[in-house]
Amino acid sequence: MTQNVLNDPTLLFLGLLIPLFPLLGFLVNGLLGKFLPKASAGWIGSGVVLASFLCVLCIFNAVSAQDVIRIDVFDWIVFSGIDISFGFSIDPLTVIMMLVVTGVGFLIHLYSIGYMHDDDGFGRFFTYLNLFIFFMLLLVMGSNYLMMFIGWEGVGLCSYLLIGFWFKKDAYNDAAQKAFVMNRIGDLGFLIAMFFLLFQFGTLDFAAIEKLVPGITSHQGLITTIALLLFIGAIGKSAQLPLYTWLPDAMAGPTPVSALIHAATMVTAGIYMIVRSNVLFAMSSVALQVILAIGVVTSVFAAIIGLKQNDIKKVLAYSTVSQLGLMFVALGLGAFTSGIFHLVTHAFFKALLFLGAGSVIHALHGEQDIRNMGGLKKLIPITYITFLLASLAISGFPLLSGFFSKDEILAHAFQQNILIWIILSISSLLTAFYMFRLVYLTFHNSFRGTDETKHHIHESPWTMTVPLVILCALSVVGGVLGLPAVFHAQHWLAGYLSNVTAGSLPYLHHPEHLSHSLEIILMSIAGAGAILMILFARHQYVTKKQLPPSDVSLTGFEKLVANKFYVDELYERFISQPVFKLSDAFGGFVDKQIVDRLVNGVGTLVDMSGKTLRLFQTGSTGFYVFAMVLGMIVLFIIRLLI
Amino acid sequence: MGTVEHIIPLNWYIVLASFLFCIGVMGVLFRKNGIIILMCIEIMLNAVNILLVAFSAYSGNSDGQVFVFFIMVVAAAEVAVGLALLMSIYRNIGSTNIDVLNKLKW
Amino acid sequence: MLIYRMDQLIFFTLSVLTLLSALIVVFAKSPMYSVLSLIVCFFTIAGHYILLNAQFLAITHIIVYAGAIMVLFLFVVMLLNLNKESEQHKSPKLRIAATISAGMLFLTLLASLKSTQLVSFIAPPPSDNGMVEHVGQKLFTDYLLPFEISSILFLSAMIGAVVLAKRDKKR
Repeated sequence: MTQNVLNDPTLLFLGLLIPLFPLLGFLVNGLLGKFLPKASAGWIGSGVVLASFLCVLCIFNAVSAQDVIRIDVFDWIVFSGIDISFGFSIDPLTVIMMLVVTGVGFLIHLYSIGYMHDDDGFGRFFTYLNLFIFFMLLLVMGSNYLMMFIGWEGVGLCSYLLIGFWFKKDAYNDAAQKAFVMNRIGDLGFLIAMFFLLFQFGTLDFAAIEKLVPGITSHQGLITTIALLLFIGAIGKSAQLPLYTWLPDAMAGPTPVSALIHAATMVTAGIYMIVRSNVLFAMSSVALQVILAIGVVTSVFAAIIGLKQNDIKKVLAYSTVSQLGLMFVALGLGAFTSGIFHLVTHAFFKALLFLGAGSVIHALHGEQDIRNMGGLKKLIPITYITFLLASLAISGFPLLSGFFSKDEILAHAFQQNILIWIILSISSLLTAFYMFRLVYLTFHNSFRGTDETKHHIHESPWTMTVPLVILCALSVVGGVLGLPAVFHAQHWLAGYLSNVTAGSLPYLHHPEHLSHSLEIILMSIAGAGAILMILFARHQYVTKKQLPPSDVSLTGFEKLVANKFYVDELYERFISQPVFKLSDAFGGFVDKQIVDRLVNGVGTLVDMSGKTLRLFQTGSTGFYVFAMVLGMIVLFIIRLLI
Repeated sequence: MGTVEHIIPLNWYIVLASFLFCIGVMGVLFRKNGIIILMCIEIMLNAVNILLVAFSAYSGNSDGQVFVFFIMVVAAAEVAVGLALLMSIYRNIGSTNIDVLNKLKW
Repeated sequence: MLIYRMDQLIFFTLSVLTLLSALIVVFAKSPMYSVLSLIVCFFTIAGHYILLNAQFLAITHIIVYAGAIMVLFLFVVMLLNLNKESEQHKSPKLRIAATISAGMLFLTLLASLKSTQLVSFIAPPPSDNGMVEHVGQKLFTDYLLPFEISSILFLSAMIGAVVLAKRDKKR
C-alpha cells in the first residue's frame, strides 16, 4: 500500500484549525458566557462547529485515498526508547469520521438552540457540547494511541457532564456516574493494552505499529492479548454486553445529548479504534471470533429488550446497542469497511430518530411514555415524516441507506457462517418490528394523553426542523456511499478506505465471493422480511389498536423482557453490593484501626521520645561534664575496637 | 647539649601524659568549686603539652613545639576570660559552686 | 626496675612530683593549697621540657603559666576569700563515680597505647631543635598567620575579661 504524506502548509494549518474551533467555542462560552447575551451561546457554539466542518470539507477535497496528513505539534514523552508525540494524522478513515462528527454535530448544535431554549443552563450546555466535539476530534485525529486515549477519556468526561446536565435530580447524577464508571472499566483494558504495545514495540504511533506488527509472528499470544484488551475498551465505550447498561440509563440527559453522544459519535469510538488497529485484530483470529460472538449476542439481546420498552428514548437506546452489536459483527467478520459504512448511515438515521423523539417530547412538554401518545401524525407532520423515513431506513427498507449498509454485513455473514446470518436476520426483523411499534404507537390512532397537553401540541421551530430534514435526506440517499457491485456501481467507500484496511487483508480469511444472483436473493429476503414485519406491526398496533399493558399486569417472559432481563439488578446484587461492603470493611477496619493507629503512633512515638530525651537536660554543669567524659570514653573504646 | 639519647622510651612519656590527663579529668568531676575545675582543666592542657613536646623531640620535628606555643597562648586567654566570668558569677550568686547554676534545664 | 642512667632518675623524680602535685590539686581541702600545688606541678613540667631539650618552651612555660596564670588564680582565690570552711563537697556516691570514670579513661588510653605500633623514629642527627632560634624561625615563617591571629585572640580576651569583670554601674 502506497501512502503519500502531504506536507502542504495550508493543509497542516487547516488540520490544526479543526479541533481548535470547538476548543475556542468551549473557552468563549465557558469563560465569557456570563458577559454575553444568553442566546449568543447557541450561535457561537454552532458557529464554531460549522467552521470546523468547512475546514473538514476543504481537507476532504484535498486528501485522496492514498494520502495522509501528519501534523506533529510537539514532542511529548521522549525518553529511553519511547517517543510519543502530540500530533495528528489525517487519513481517509479520519476524514470520514471527522465529517460525521462535525457534520452531524453541527446539525445537533443547531437543533439544541431550539430544544434547550427555555433551559437555565443554556450556555453551559453549549460549553459542554463544544468540549465534547473537541475531544471527539482529538480522538479521531490522533496520530497515536495516547492521543486517542486523551480523546477517549475526554469524551467520557463530557458524557458524564452532559448526562448529568440537570444535576438537581439524583437519579440523573446516578446515571451519569454509572456511565462514567462503566466506561472506566473498559478504559482499564485500553490502558493495559497500551502498556503492552509500548513494551513490545516501543511506540504507540499508528503508522509505526502497522509496520511493526506483521513482524511479530512468534508472539501470537501477545497480539491476541492486546487485541482483546483493546476490545474490552471498546465494549465499555460502545456499550456491548456486558458493559451496556449505562446506555439506556444515559437517556436521562437532554435529547440532543443522546443524539450526539449516544447515537452518532462517542459510542462509535470503539468501532473506530478497532478499524484503526485492523492489522492487529486481523492477525488474531481468536480476537475476531470474540468480537463476533459478543456482537451477535448483543445485537439480539438488545433487540429483544427493545420490544417491550415503553419510553420513547429507551427504545431508541436499546436500538443503538443492537445496531452497535451489528457493527461489531461486521468487524468480527473482517469486513472493516462495512462496519464503517454502517457507522455512517447509523449516525444519520439514529441521530434523526433521537432528534425526532426530542421534537415529540418538546411538543408534548416532557411526556416520554408512548402509551400516553398517539395521533400525532397530523399535528406534527414534519417530525412524523422524518421519523417515519428514519425508521424505514433502520429497518432496512429497500433502497434506503440502512438497507445497503445492513445488507453488506449480512452478505459477509452469509459468506462466513450461515448460522450467524440467520441470527442477524432475526435481529433485523425484530428491529423492524419494534421500530414500527414505536412509530405506530406514537403517531397513529388517536391521542391518548390529556386534553390540556393536546392543546399545546405544535410543530417545533425551524432550528429544530431544519436539522431533521437534512438528516432525513442523508438517511435516504446515504446508501450511495457504498453501492454494491450487484448494481453495477463502484463501492465508493471501500475504495476510499482501501489504504486503511489494506494492511489486514493478508491475514483475513477470504471465503469465495457470493454470486450476484445469490446476493440479490439475500437482499430480497431481507427487504421482504422487513416489509412483512412492518405490516405485522401495523396489524397489531393500528388495526387491532393493541396497547402495551401497564407495568403491573405483566407476567412470565413478558415481565422478564420488560424488566430488561433484570441485568441491572444482577449487577447491583453481585458486583456493586460486594464492592460497597468491601469498601466499608476497608474504611471501617483497615483505615481506622490499622492505618490511623500507625500514623498516630508515629506522632505519639516522637512525642514520647521527646519527653524522655529532654530529661537529659538537668542543668547541672557537673552532670554535663560527666556525660562528656563518658562520651569520650565510649568514643575511645569504639575507636579501639574497630 | 645537643641530642637526646633515647634512653627514656617514648612510651613512658605517653603514660605520664595519660595519667596526668586522667587526674585532670578526675579533678573536673570531683570538685564543685569553679576555680578548682579551671585549674584541673589547666592540668589537662599541660598533659597534652607534654605529649606534644615528647613527640616533637622524638621525631626531630619542631612543629610540635610551635603547636605547644599556641596552646599556651590559648590557655592564657582562656584563663583570663574564665576567671573574669567566675568573678561575675560570684558577684551575682555569692558562691562559686557550680551546682547552683542549674536553671537551664527542662 | 633498675635505673641505668641519670636521665631516667631525673625523669622518674620529676614524674612523681608532677603526679603528686596534681593529686594534691584535686584532693586538697583548701583552694589555697590547690593553687600552690599547681605551681609546683608547672615547675616540674618545665623540668620535663628541659629534659626533652625544648628549652624555649620551658622558659615560656614558666613565664606564662607559673608567672602569669597562677598569679591570676592566686589573686582570684584571695579576692573571693575562699578557705577550707566555705568549700562544699560532692556526695561520696558521685566521688566514686568520678574516680571510676577517670580510671576507665586511663585504662582505655593505656589499652590504645598497647594496641598501637609506634613508628620507630630514626634518631635525628644532633640538632638544635628546641633552641630559641630554631623555634623562632619556624614560628615566623611557617606559622606566621596563626601567630598574628593569636594577637587578635589576646585582644579579644582582654576586652572580654575587662567587660566581664567590671563592676555594675549602679553600685
